[in-house]
Amino acid sequence: MGSPRDDLKALPTRFRGHLLADIVVALDALGLPSSPKPQPVASTEGFLVVAKREIVPNFHLLELEVPQVARFAKAGQFVIVMPKATSERTPYTLGDWNAEKGTITIVVEEVGRSSRELALLRAGDRVAHVTGPLGSAYPIPTGTTVALGGGCYGVAAIHPIARALKQAGNRVIGVIEGCSDFSIYFEKELEAVCDEVRYVTKDGSRGMKGGVGEVFVDLVSSGVKVDRFVAIGCTFMMMLTSEATRTLNIRTDVALNPIMVDGTGMCGACRLSIDGETKFACVDGPIFDGHKVDWQELSYRRGAYALDEIDALPQGARAAVAHPLHLEHGAAHACASGVGCGTDG
Amino acid sequence: METKPIPKKKLPRQKMPVQSAERRRHNFEEVALGYPDEAAIAEASRCLFCKVPHCVEGCPVNIDIPGFVKFVLEGKFAEAAARLKEQTALPAVCGRVCPQETQCEARCALGIKGESVAIGRLERFAADYARDHGAELPPEIAPNTGKKVAVIGCGPAGITVAGDMRRWGHEVTIFEALHLPGGVLMYGIPEFRLPKEFVEHEVRSLLDMGVTLKLDYVIGMSETIDQLLEKFDSVFIGTGAGLPQFLGIPGENAVGVFSANEFLTRFTLMKAYDFPNHATVPIRARRIITVGGGNVAMDSARVALRIGAESVIVYRRSRAEMPARAEEIHHAEEEGVAMNLLTAPVRIVTDEANRVTGMECLKMELGEPDASGRRRPVPLKGSEFLIPADAVVVSIGNSPNPLVSRTSPDLKTTKWGTLVADEATMATSKRRVYAGGDIVSGAATVISAMGQAKKAALAMHRDLMGVDPPGWVAPPVAKPKPTPKG
Repeated sequence: MGSPRDDLKALPTRFRGHLLADIVVALDALGLPSSPKPQPVASTEGFLVVAKREIVPNFHLLELEVPQVARFAKAGQFVIVMPKATSERTPYTLGDWNAEKGTITIVVEEVGRSSRELALLRAGDRVAHVTGPLGSAYPIPTGTTVALGGGCYGVAAIHPIARALKQAGNRVIGVIEGCSDFSIYFEKELEAVCDEVRYVTKDGSRGMKGGVGEVFVDLVSSGVKVDRFVAIGCTFMMMLTSEATRTLNIRTDVALNPIMVDGTGMCGACRLSIDGETKFACVDGPIFDGHKVDWQELSYRRGAYALDEIDALPQGARAAVAHPLHLEHGAAHACASGVGCGTDG
Repeated sequence: METKPIPKKKLPRQKMPVQSAERRRHNFEEVALGYPDEAAIAEASRCLFCKVPHCVEGCPVNIDIPGFVKFVLEGKFAEAAARLKEQTALPAVCGRVCPQETQCEARCALGIKGESVAIGRLERFAADYARDHGAELPPEIAPNTGKKVAVIGCGPAGITVAGDMRRWGHEVTIFEALHLPGGVLMYGIPEFRLPKEFVEHEVRSLLDMGVTLKLDYVIGMSETIDQLLEKFDSVFIGTGAGLPQFLGIPGENAVGVFSANEFLTRFTLMKAYDFPNHATVPIRARRIITVGGGNVAMDSARVALRIGAESVIVYRRSRAEMPARAEEIHHAEEEGVAMNLLTAPVRIVTDEANRVTGMECLKMELGEPDASGRRRPVPLKGSEFLIPADAVVVSIGNSPNPLVSRTSPDLKTTKWGTLVADEATMATSKRRVYAGGDIVSGAATVISAMGQAKKAALAMHRDLMGVDPPGWVAPPVAKPKPTPKG
């Protein structure tokens, strides 16, 4: 027999009456018995993943079949997604939808457990729950010039707003921000709905060097008359952009991404201070005037679970190792926050 | 089962077996364990079977109480459960969470001189028996009427309307915004007070009756009421509670301040206590202050204990004014929740990272009665003191859910955002649209929502068919029912 190391079956499975694999979760990958995992009531069969691809490193585009969202979605709204019945309810901004096909598109940045659960899906898999559309639609002006800037997942998020603005007869300038040339995506989609698309990268490898805020300032100083800015990205980027446009005295709308729990106007987790007044991002927002946001408070609230996010991450990794093809459990990011971006500030 | 004649006067109210406080404060398992058969029969034998059963009048859904108690006494537990099901879709739930002491049991004749019959415990017993023994009789369903009914919200009100309307032969579809059915039963009331398997079981039996349930479907954000009315003959709105109210004191948006809704949703709907199997992150705090004195505050404070924190309640009036059930307050104290009564929060103290480190409070004394008839608390000058804590749960109520009324401007609302509905029929200002539960009454109990839902279902049926529902008997409030023959 020799050392128990050579024979997994000889390993003890229980300690003080508890199954070891329940305590050290990695052990059930070795085949040690664990107690049955909770079997939640599955009243729906879930929603089909029509397409899934990693569009640029770490950014995943998912096309999901959710007809009730696709039929009623408006620009600026979001959905709550639970990849499995045991996942968190995590909000993702709608990047696109097709009412006829009944599909919606979201772009997910893989940062933690929940977003990893989504990133590990494949076309043909099913997502347990998708709820929406949620949040207020963005009020579309007419006859104005609007510059929209998107970074990270926000590039997809500005797409429907740009399209709605264009359809309403506005002049639309799109700005895509990336850390480098390779991280720019959605160019074709945005070029189709914008009068002009500009690029900006943190390293200057494509377009201007800097961020969306710099492009906005540059636009105005080069003589383009802009009536309104829209910036969507991580909290830090939206804060920088709002600060950059504050002196220009041009309204800057941002889509905020506080932590949400239910997302339907019940729990109050997503509260923010807008001009000193408490607002709820899930029903009053998610789009607010960036010059009135208490950014400091938002970034503290978003960071509330930073340590738990680190705790939670190996759970996602474990799921990936234990069930490379069939993800049964584990994985979901602890940044129940906004739209899959935890890289801010 | 045979019953021996037991001298009625001598028999005390049967005690409910419970998990010991020491044990239960460390687990999420149910606190009250339920009567064994003998105790249930003994308790049922205490009932006087009054000619005019006032208990039935005290029940918002007019359960035939002497009728089902008689069955329990005779050992016919399944029949008792069937009798309950005639009036309530959720006996296992009502038996656990109803405030019986102010409703049926308050009207009990035995209660005048001594202790009333434990009606709630018997209700729970009968419902559990039927469930555990698979002895539930499927309800009779009237022939299809061809009418379609939409129910928005699968909480206590929605389940009640759906059950009644389906029994009366209508085609019912329930729309639920969350990912699990049950509403507050699922997201609000914690596992240790109402195990979720009972809610799931009740919903499943509703589905077995042929009700369609659409989860993840947010009416108001997807279809509006008007669009629903094109496809359905009648619509019931039971969307329940919405955004939580906060105290309006400094520091309330700090990290570590939760609404009771969020706190309970994390641990009840999302099962954060089972992290990491369930992905929602639990709250890790050493001391949690709960602000408020209602049932929800008690639930939050008791959840706080169970996640390993010290639990402190801060309430600005005295114990007598607490709106929570006496039993809940008693259980909370037994488990070790510390009560700071006559204490009002002034501000939440935070550290440099905007995390909660404590709450500054003010001592109060009771003054003259206010509009609610309760004595108004008056602050004592200079009595400020600090309670150190790393989380604060605010449990002072909700506003109604805004999603439906926001997209249906022709639905009349009050200044609090609740829907205006006729008291007798629960009809809203919009034709063919009815409402009930917290969306109408603000914040109330499960059973009052069910009572309103029953009224609404009746009015909806009459409106659709022009006649009373099959087998319907007028509730005994106006005309007392004679004692049933068992």
